Parts: sequence; C-alpha cells; structure tokens
Amino acid sequence: MKYLAIAIAALLPLPSLAITGEEVMKQSQAAFLYPGKDFKARVTMKLIGKDGGERVRELVMLRKNFGAAGGEQKYFMVFFKPADVKDMSFMTYKYPAKDDDRWMFIPAVNMVKRIAAQDNRSSFVGSDFTYEDVSGRDIEDDSHAIEREEKLGGRDCYVVKSTPKKGDADFGHKLTWVDKTNFLPLKEDQFDRKGAAYKLFTADEVAVIKGHPTVIRRTMKNQQSGHRTEAAYANSDYELGIEDSLFSERFLRQPPRKWLE
Amino acid sequence: MLVRIAFAVVLLLAPVMARADVTFSGFLQQNTAFNTREANPDGRHHKWMEERAQLKLDASSGAWHLLAKGDLAWDHLGRQDQSELREAYVDYTASNWDMRLGRQVITWGLGDLVFVNDVFPKDHEAMFAGRPMDYLKRGVDAVKLGAYPEFANFELVLTPHFRESRIPDARRFHLYDPMPAVTTRGTTKPDQGDLGLRVYRDVGGWDAALYLYRGFQRTPSMRPDSMTAPTRIDYFYPQLSVYGASISGRAAEGVLSLEAAYYDSRQDRSGSDFAVPNSQTRLLAGYQIQPVEDLSLGFQYYAERMHDYGAYLVALPAGFPVDKRWSHTATARLTQFFLHQTLRLSVYASYNASNGDRFVNPELRYSFTDRIWGAVGANHYGGKPWGQFGQLARDDNLYLQMRYEF
Repeated sequence: MKYLAIAIAALLPLPSLAITGEEVMKQSQAAFLYPGKDFKARVTMKLIGKDGGERVRELVMLRKNFGAAGGEQKYFMVFFKPADVKDMSFMTYKYPAKDDDRWMFIPAVNMVKRIAAQDNRSSFVGSDFTYEDVSGRDIEDDSHAIEREEKLGGRDCYVVKSTPKKGDADFGHKLTWVDKTNFLPLKEDQFDRKGAAYKLFTADEVAVIKGHPTVIRRTMKNQQSGHRTEAAYANSDYELGIEDSLFSERFLRQPPRKWLE
Repeated sequence: MLVRIAFAVVLLLAPVMARADVTFSGFLQQNTAFNTREANPDGRHHKWMEERAQLKLDASSGAWHLLAKGDLAWDHLGRQDQSELREAYVDYTASNWDMRLGRQVITWGLGDLVFVNDVFPKDHEAMFAGRPMDYLKRGVDAVKLGAYPEFANFELVLTPHFRESRIPDARRFHLYDPMPAVTTRGTTKPDQGDLGLRVYRDVGGWDAALYLYRGFQRTPSMRPDSMTAPTRIDYFYPQLSVYGASISGRAAEGVLSLEAAYYDSRQDRSGSDFAVPNSQTRLLAGYQIQPVEDLSLGFQYYAERMHDYGAYLVALPAGFPVDKRWSHTATARLTQFFLHQTLRLSVYASYNASNGDRFVNPELRYSFTDRIWGAVGANHYGGKPWGQFGQLARDDNLYLQMRYEF
C-alpha cells in the first residue's frame, strides 16, 4: 500500500510545474498587453545604430479592450516625431486569430487610408520592435513549453520556449523569462531559424500604476545587426474612460487634445 | 500681399487665445526640377526652381483649434514671389458634431493619383514638376460641417467661392493646343460656390461612403468664338454634378478598394456641345498588399465611359482628336523601405490602354536626420500629343527636393 502511494505521487506532476507553458504565456499576455479596461502612454522610441547614431520616434498610444484578455482590442496612435510624420495618426482593430484592420491618416493630403496588414512581424515605424511586440502575438501561433525555472535579477521566473507552428515567422524559436509573481515578460531571447542568437528583449523598468505592474522602459536589440531600440512609456495610465467613438475616422483626422498629453 | 496680411493677422491673434496651447513649426525647402529632354516653351531649362519657408501655427483651447500654414516662397523662373496662405482654419468640436471654417484641404475617395470622387482642387502643375506630396492639393475656402449620429457620419462642405485646379503653365510645359494661332484668350470663373456631401459608415467590416457634389469642373474647357475663323478663345468651368460611392476592406491578404461615380455634365446633358465634357461614368478598383516586410504593392484599374458618344462624335469639329468611348487605365505603385525606414524607394506607373498615355515616377527619399530629408525623382511622360500625359512627352524632368523641418 505504501509503495502504491509513492507510485501515484510519482505520476502526479510537481506542484510548481502544474501550470503549462501555454497558460504561462496566456497569463503573461494578459499582464503585459491587456491590463485595465484601457491604457495610455507617451512612447518615445530611440533607434540606435551600431555606430551610436540615434533617431527618435515619439507618439501617444491609446488602447482599449473589447472583451477579456486575449480578446479584441483597439489601438490609436498619434505621432509627434520625427517632424515629417508629425500629426500622422494610426488606428488598429486587433482581432484574436484574424488579421488586423489598420487605418492611417496622412496629413499632407488630408486623407484616411486603410492599409494592408498581414505581416505582424514587420518593423514598427522602422524600430527593432515588430507590430506584434507592440500589440501582441496570438498565443495559438506558437507551441509553448516550460523549459526551466530560474531567477532573473532576483525575480523567480518561468522560462518558456515558444516555437512557431508555421514556418513563416522571422524567428525559429524564443525563450521568455516570465515573472512568476506578476507574469510580466522580463526578457525574451529570440533565435533565428538556424538557431543563432537574433533579437533580445529586456524589460528595463517596471512600475506599478493603478495596481497594474507595467513595463515602462524596454529595449529590443538585434544581436545580428547591432541595432537596438529603447522605448520609454511615459505618463502610462489606466482606466481613463476612453470612449468607443475615439476609434473612428472622425478622430483619426482630428485626434482629441485631451488624449494627447 | 493679401495672403501675407492674413497670415500676419493670424500670427498676431494667436496670443489673444488666452491659455491656448500654442505651437509653431515649419520648414525650409529647396526644390529644383531639371528638364531631361527639351527646354521649356519659354526657353528655360528647369520646370521648377524655388526656395520656400513654411510657418505653421497650431493653437487649441477647449473645443477650439486653430491652424494656419503660410508659405514664403521665391521662384527663380520668372514668377518671383510665390508666397501664399496654404491653410488657415478654425475647428470647433462638440460631442456629436463639429465644424471647420476657413481655407482647408479636402480629399475624398480612395484613388492613388486617380480621382473618382475627389472633386476638390488639385495642383496638376505641382505633380508634373516634381514638387513634394503636400503640394498636390489646393485648399478651398469653405465651411465643413460634420455630424455623427449613431447610424452614419455626415460631412457637408459649402464653398462660397469656386476654386479651380491649377493646370500646368504653358510657358513651362508643352501643352496640347488645337488652335495655337489664336492668341486672344480670356477665362471666366464661376461667380458661385459649390457644395459637397459625404456620408460614410462601416458596413459589415467594410468602409462604405456615398458622395454628392454640385458645382463645376475644376479644369477649364475652351470655346472659340468661331470654328471657321477663330479670333478669340474663352476658357470656362462647365457645371458639373457628381454622384458616387466607394467601399474598401480586407480581401485575402490585402486591401480592396472599389469606387464609382456618375459625372452629370449639367451644362450639356445631350452631349452635343463639343466644348463641354460629355457626361461620364468613372470606375476604379484598387488592391494593396504588403508581401514582405517594408514592401508595399498597389494596383489600380480605372475606367471612364462617355455617355453620349454618338452626340460627341457628331459635335466634334474636324481636326480635333477623337477620344474613345471607353478609356482604360492601369496603374501600379511599389514602395520599399530600407535602413529602418529612413530610405524609401517608390515607383508609380500609369498606362492608358485606350490612347497609349503613360507616366512613370520613380523616387528615392532619404531622411539624413530626424529633421532633414531629401528626395530625388524623375517624371517620364509619353503617349499621343493630345493625351493627358502624352502632351507632356517633351517635359520629362529630374527633380530634387530638400527640406529642413523645425
């Protein structure tokens, strides 16, 4: 009888591994990209070349959830810098497991244009971040497995290996260090399809805003080209009561001042 | 002069807007276009050569917003002072309606350098002479009212004074002229304004819009005083109404755009007056995809159909070029970014299968810094001597644009 009990215990998974890789990534997505009903930040991206040359992209980003974590979201962005894209605005309706809808307002000709958006792995405004890095990647696009658990900067983390199910991603696999306490991704190590080190994401500063732990400084470095992008999310805030009507052609043409600070 | 006074007034008024949030910006620009085939009709070797400074004032306070953009410009090809007020308007925004009053640029429709429902004035000379994109449209002095009830969005544009499109200058471009011997010419502009209404909403995930316009053709028609022994030509802007619709949405991997309009030539509904354009149907289908990162491809098919073709053929004077009933045009645009989107290559090409008209515009644009960008491009035209692009076959040019933004 005693031996049987031991045998059953051996068949049970270890308590700390009770969670699956997919669940970790789902909770991480919820913590990183879905907290609050809505969110606003003034994002400054520094694009830094191998030689140290610097370009600055500055925008306000507004996000509103329509449904639970992993569900539909709408994004609204207005650019301030550089000067030649000032007052340009950009809107995305993001759907789970379906291509996004995107629109752009071009002030030079005062025109709103719907734009094609099938490649979420393409660069966001020329930075090292992709559209998916900014607004999320579908969990179902990859298979996820917990590789190990380890400390990173004093925080207990799950290390999750994610491998794209289809071969059309620019990366072969990635390892994500997910904080066990707040589920924020603290580091992401991407490898190209040949297995060589590719892009490296680091969460450089986390602040708790209205109860939501928020990554307010982050870096994405392309280890192959040496180019990196540092993004600072200033004035980050939640639960602002952003109206549904904001996400419309009307306000794309004329973004309300109150959301631009 | 008037423009400069108006701009000065706007600048002086700015601080009056107490507690207003005010920003100044602008740019310095050099723009030159060299002829690559022949000299201009006036003997000069450039299509464009000017320095330009733009000052932009942006002020907002509560529901009010003011924008004024004025250019100080100097042309080296004989026009000299080209200063102008580009835009100057006041916005008032309420919860479900808004208003814009003043000089403003309005663009309707979905076409890429093809205009179906965009009935607002353009600057065709700017496009043919290699000027930056922000100069392809001209502002109109108008009141624009927006209303946003639940079921649809409405945009009503009332313009008290008609403003025409700018056509290329005959001193700089080799324009087709069926009566070159007649040198006495005059232009009559409509003394009325025009009005337009756009209604738009989402229909099952597609952006749908209806357009109505009542006004005038933006480019002039010509009428000689006599067909047999003309001594004088009068240019005028025939009455026009346009009824159109458009939809755009996601289709397969890209964005599909469809647009149509009926051009009701009110001044000659029978089509028997050769000087007035025939009533028309315009159709456009466009498709845009992003096959790989930083590459975008756009294709358009555009058709025009004359409604009273029989009457047109009967009325057309002997010796005038004969247009076909249908005109079919295909266009393609490639845009590729390099170097973290600081270098952009774009190529636009248009070919009309009905009359051989063609236009190719490659351009390379580089942002040297976040404030300085430069572009080099070329305009190549070809086709029959009376075609839209064919008449410009001797006007091929290579252009440079350089801008410092502050």
